[in-house]
Amino acid sequence: MDLVQLQRQLVDYRTSLYHEGFLDEQFTQLQELQDENNPDFVVEVVSLYFEDSERLLNELSKALEQQIIDFKRIDAHVHQLKGSSSSIGAQRVQKLCIVFRNYCEAQNVEGCLKCLQQVKHEYSIVKTKLESMFQLERQILNAGGSVPV
Amino acid sequence: MMLGNCATSSSLSTTSDEDIVNNNLTALVVDDSPMIRKLHDMHLKKFGLKVQVAENGKNAIDLFRCGASFNLILMDKEMPIMDGAEATRELRTMGVTSMIVGVTSLDSIFDRQAFMEAGLDHCFTKPLTTENINFLLQELNKNNEEN
Repeated sequence: MDLVQLQRQLVDYRTSLYHEGFLDEQFTQLQELQDENNPDFVVEVVSLYFEDSERLLNELSKALEQQIIDFKRIDAHVHQLKGSSSSIGAQRVQKLCIVFRNYCEAQNVEGCLKCLQQVKHEYSIVKTKLESMFQLERQILNAGGSVPV
Repeated sequence: MMLGNCATSSSLSTTSDEDIVNNNLTALVVDDSPMIRKLHDMHLKKFGLKVQVAENGKNAIDLFRCGASFNLILMDKEMPIMDGAEATRELRTMGVTSMIVGVTSLDSIFDRQAFMEAGLDHCFTKPLTTENINFLLQELNKNNEEN
């Protein structure tokens, strides 16, 4: 695939992520912070998001396996995940966290468990999509081109 | 100066960046999330501020106790060891007059109001946007002119 095709593919892919609600305006703001002095800023922030999220999802799984469920602790974790997801524009994950918190408030274990599965699912999708997007960007850079904004 | 409003978004008309001299302004980002620290650090640096970060309220207090001072503090609410409200109260008790801005993902108006009452000048919902920062810098520069 030549450079122009790669660049077009990236633009189309990125556009689809917005259209399908995986990313929102906050991700655009993130990209706008990147410059020549900090060319890896977006990748670095998103990598921190992945680390943070995986830690939180593990904590949530453990917390929901306990004999006595600590809903306050679960809510705190979901709240954190919601905050970091909204900060990078991971819209679908963020919206699910809102639903999750409602189940925590209602102390509904079934609801929480179901939500956790959904959050894990959405998180893994957005992670895959972002990684694919970064890979496309790397291909463009390796081909000597610049990443279209 | 304390304002009683919590802005969730700011769409004020902005003066151009050249009109605002931010080079001598310093900021402290207090948040337990490395991701948020990195994000807000970059956001503020883009506007020319000199930025330091702290992981929680206690670290922020310690910095002030060691003699550091900042024009602007971005304070997260939920942090381990010492949360944003407690840290804000402590800083105000110590006589710190910096602009302290809460940045939180708390949804309830009551929670945000309680945070404001700890001594914040403003409170924004996470994540901070360029518009929020523009607004804060205008306020900071206004305060500097008054002093």
